[in-house]
Amino acid sequence: MEQATSPARQVEPFEPFEPRLTRIGAVDAVALEARAADLAKRSIKRGSKLEALDLIVRMIDLTTLEGADTPGKVAALCAKAVRPDPVDTSVPSVAAVCVYPTLAAEAKRRLNGSGVHVASVATAFPSGQSPVALKVAEARAAVELGADEVDMVIDRGAFLSGRHAEVFDQIVKVREACRPAHLKVILETGELGTYDAVRRASLLAMAAGADFIKTSTGKVSPAATLPVTLCMLEAVRDVHVETGRVVGMKPAGGIRYSKQAIQYLCVLHETLGRDWLTPQRFRFGASSLLNDVLMQIRSQKTGVYESPDRFTVD
Amino acid sequence: MSRLPVRKTYKLFIGGAFPRSESGRTFVADGQNVALASRKDARDAVRAARGAFARWSGMTAYNRGQVLYRLAEMMEARAGDLAAVCGGRDEVDRSIDRVVWYAGWADKLAQVLGGSNAVAGPYFNFTVPEPTGVVATLAPDEPPLEGIVSRVLPALVSGNTVVAVASEPSPLAAIELAEAVATSDMPGGALNILTGRKSELAPVLAAHADVNAIDLTGANGDVAELERLAAGNVKRVVRGMPAGESLWEIEPLVEMKTVWHPVGV
Amino acid sequence: MAELEPRTDGGGLEWTYAPAPESRAIVSFEQRYGLFVGGESVEPRSGEWFTSISPATEEPLAKVAQAGPEDVDAAVAAAREGFGAWSELRPAERAKYLFRIARILQERSRELAVAESLDGGKPIKESRDVDLPLAAAHFFYHAGWADKLEYAFPNRRPRPLGVAAQIIPWNFPLLMLAWKVAPALACGNTVVLKPAETTPLTALLFADVCRQAELPPGTVNIITGDGSTGAELVRHTGIDKVAFTGSTEVGKAIQRELAGRGVPHTLELGGKAANVVFEDCALDQAIEGIVNGIYFNQGHVCCAGSRLLVQESIAEPLLGKLRNRLATLRLGDPLDKNTDIGAINSRAQLDRITELVASGEAEGAELFQPACELPDRGYWFPPTVFTNVAQSFRIAQEEIFGPVLSVMTFRTPAEAVDKANNTAYGLSAGVWTEKGSRILWMTERLRAGVVWANTFNRFDPASPFGGYKESGFGREGGRHGLESYLRFDG
Repeated sequence: MEQATSPARQVEPFEPFEPRLTRIGAVDAVALEARAADLAKRSIKRGSKLEALDLIVRMIDLTTLEGADTPGKVAALCAKAVRPDPVDTSVPSVAAVCVYPTLAAEAKRRLNGSGVHVASVATAFPSGQSPVALKVAEARAAVELGADEVDMVIDRGAFLSGRHAEVFDQIVKVREACRPAHLKVILETGELGTYDAVRRASLLAMAAGADFIKTSTGKVSPAATLPVTLCMLEAVRDVHVETGRVVGMKPAGGIRYSKQAIQYLCVLHETLGRDWLTPQRFRFGASSLLNDVLMQIRSQKTGVYESPDRFTVD
Repeated sequence: MSRLPVRKTYKLFIGGAFPRSESGRTFVADGQNVALASRKDARDAVRAARGAFARWSGMTAYNRGQVLYRLAEMMEARAGDLAAVCGGRDEVDRSIDRVVWYAGWADKLAQVLGGSNAVAGPYFNFTVPEPTGVVATLAPDEPPLEGIVSRVLPALVSGNTVVAVASEPSPLAAIELAEAVATSDMPGGALNILTGRKSELAPVLAAHADVNAIDLTGANGDVAELERLAAGNVKRVVRGMPAGESLWEIEPLVEMKTVWHPVGV
Repeated sequence: MAELEPRTDGGGLEWTYAPAPESRAIVSFEQRYGLFVGGESVEPRSGEWFTSISPATEEPLAKVAQAGPEDVDAAVAAAREGFGAWSELRPAERAKYLFRIARILQERSRELAVAESLDGGKPIKESRDVDLPLAAAHFFYHAGWADKLEYAFPNRRPRPLGVAAQIIPWNFPLLMLAWKVAPALACGNTVVLKPAETTPLTALLFADVCRQAELPPGTVNIITGDGSTGAELVRHTGIDKVAFTGSTEVGKAIQRELAGRGVPHTLELGGKAANVVFEDCALDQAIEGIVNGIYFNQGHVCCAGSRLLVQESIAEPLLGKLRNRLATLRLGDPLDKNTDIGAINSRAQLDRITELVASGEAEGAELFQPACELPDRGYWFPPTVFTNVAQSFRIAQEEIFGPVLSVMTFRTPAEAVDKANNTAYGLSAGVWTEKGSRILWMTERLRAGVVWANTFNRFDPASPFGGYKESGFGREGGRHGLESYLRFDG
């Protein structure tokens, strides 16, 4: 598959917005949360469950974003990413390994040929508080170092002080700088304060050319939540309905258990339908989630509850 | 040579005007020719009351209270005339004081009858009293002034508009009252007064689909039949004190409206 | 990046929800139920029985007694006999009985929820998450009032009325029972309750709850039967109060029957609520509110938002979203936790819905129903939206009491108010706008007893509920609801 067929690239970012602007509108917090809670109660078919768990593995951006990250740590993570369960080779690889730019090269080396992508954060992650030129340069560097995907953060300072155009321009610049990589735009919803702001930022990021929009850096609490994900998915849906453009979604941070991940997939399915149930359009930014999913997969297959000791800590 | 006095013609009070009965009929009461209201007069009065409802109920409660107080002022100025057509000065005094008492309730009802409700969820929830709509009032035959005042004021104060049928044997007090109302800043149609036969008018009002409530305090004859007719549009049927004052005279003629709104950011 | 996704074929995963039925085993219906009179189950003197079925499968669930005049008489007599002891009981003790009932309802909530869904056809997620928690909450709330009535009505010396005759509908059988029984008992009255003909079973299980709570005999009496039993009960001269929830037609008949008898009564009748959506609303949540407003409980809701008034400027995108959302609704087995729309309560109701929908099509409205497979057995109707509806169409005027939404447009707030109020009913209304001042302007003008702003179909025991105009009179819930079960000596 070539870049051109990457779903987020099917349409140029601006052109479709000309004839018909997606309505920014408002979000009612209580009703949004009630809807998310309602969807969280759904249960999926036992047969579908194994498929869902398999899909979740394929959607994971296995992440390490610590100051203490080393090539060794990244190497271990990459090994896990390619073959998450050495005992059960039917378990697929994850979607990507997500690291800091300095470790992108190591990740690229380890993952080469595996099909697992290298994702690198950039743009003064996690705060975004750096001169634009440096942020753009960092994104470009990340791609040069081997990143297939760039996870940028928006400038929340600019957004919250009302300088939305500035946020938009920065995304556009990063978008240009990191081609041909995929661009995921992190809103850091935990700092935006309201769902209205989340929706506004989502639409802004999509208008500026994001291939994915992403909830969180994982460094701020709350990170991803079901309602905030629903809110962003509704924005994705509106853009799709009104412009035909396809944008992916990545909740990140705080998703640790298979049960939670399945709830996210329920929300995804109910909001955007089965077309979005693919790693091309949905990712989980997570680390500990993977082992829980592996445990559940094995439990599903054996019918016996598993011990965490049987799964590698990486 | 003594001057020949100019006599008053006693007419109906509909929509702020004083028409004769469309039927052209009169009857003799209190030694006077009084308009004998017809079914069509009742219909016109209901139409006038419905027409005035938005304005009267839409006023601020403070303003409505002031208008009703103004009615007391106008009655005070006509105390002599009123006394001549009812039980006397004492009844007039009680009636005026009753109007003042009710006038003071206008801007307090919501606080006493309404409130906010602690619901189990992220919602702000409050309940407010609102007027029921158009109220038909069969005023007691006795006392002729205090009776009608005691029945229409509790309806009016919350914003209802009223079609009242005056005391049948002593209707002059009600018409005298209407003349005070006409000079009190009350919007035309908020209070309409019919004189005539209750046996003729009451069933029309009880059955009228655009009347929301009927006060049977002064009803006579087959009251059960009036209640049956009232069921045709699920009217509120009330009975109260022929003469007296209480918040519980107001309450049966208000509707409780409850409003919910989510609390969230 | 050809390897991005080695295992996908472009399309997403087929996502199927499990049939996740609640276990029926938790409920065991008896083969037949007598009447609950004087604390005991008694054989009907009428000697007549009828069968309560599951509307989802048409399978018979249990035989139920058809109470005749003698049975009504016996129940009223039992309630009268129970009244002395109950009304003289120390109010704090009365409160504790109600707290007990609330707790037992919580403890047995799963069983009762399953029974409710079996007998009435409503989705388990609603009986589990709405009906049962609210029913328990009603008893809990009113329990606390039992010994505080003097504070609710200062200087008025509140006294119980006596024997309350209560007739409830089939749409929320146990919840309506709670709405009726809890305040009546809290105020010191005894009760003769007549549940609906098609949904008597949870009321009969409630009789067992009363036994478990050791409620004094005669305090609650439950007589089952059809409309004739209800009529007999209202006609009975031994009753001191009537509380009815049901159709406006029957409500009027009751009001007529009670004319001249001096029996206080409260009526909670039909509705044709307008749900008014402005262009500046939170659109996705408004969609949820519209869906909840009309498809909750298959639209068998007196306060359902059955008339959608949408501002013309957003009609097109709103209807697009609404159609898409409807396509995600799941219709089927009421006991399945993933079911959104259950069975229509009865054959008769299904016929009425079908007839009114046919009239809508005949009058020229445009019908939309999502692709939706209906089960072979039982009574079902797909979620339905009518557009191009004129105010004069029957579907815009008559209460359908089914999953059928009539959509009309408006241009200005004043026009919205005029259209919303243009009905003989006045039970509820909805407003969707992000503008606070407009919400308050609208709520002042909508002639309805409950106005939901930016939400819909919310209920709470502390929140008074009841109608304007031909939707009835009296309130249920809150301090205002108590008033209907008291007389005042002060």
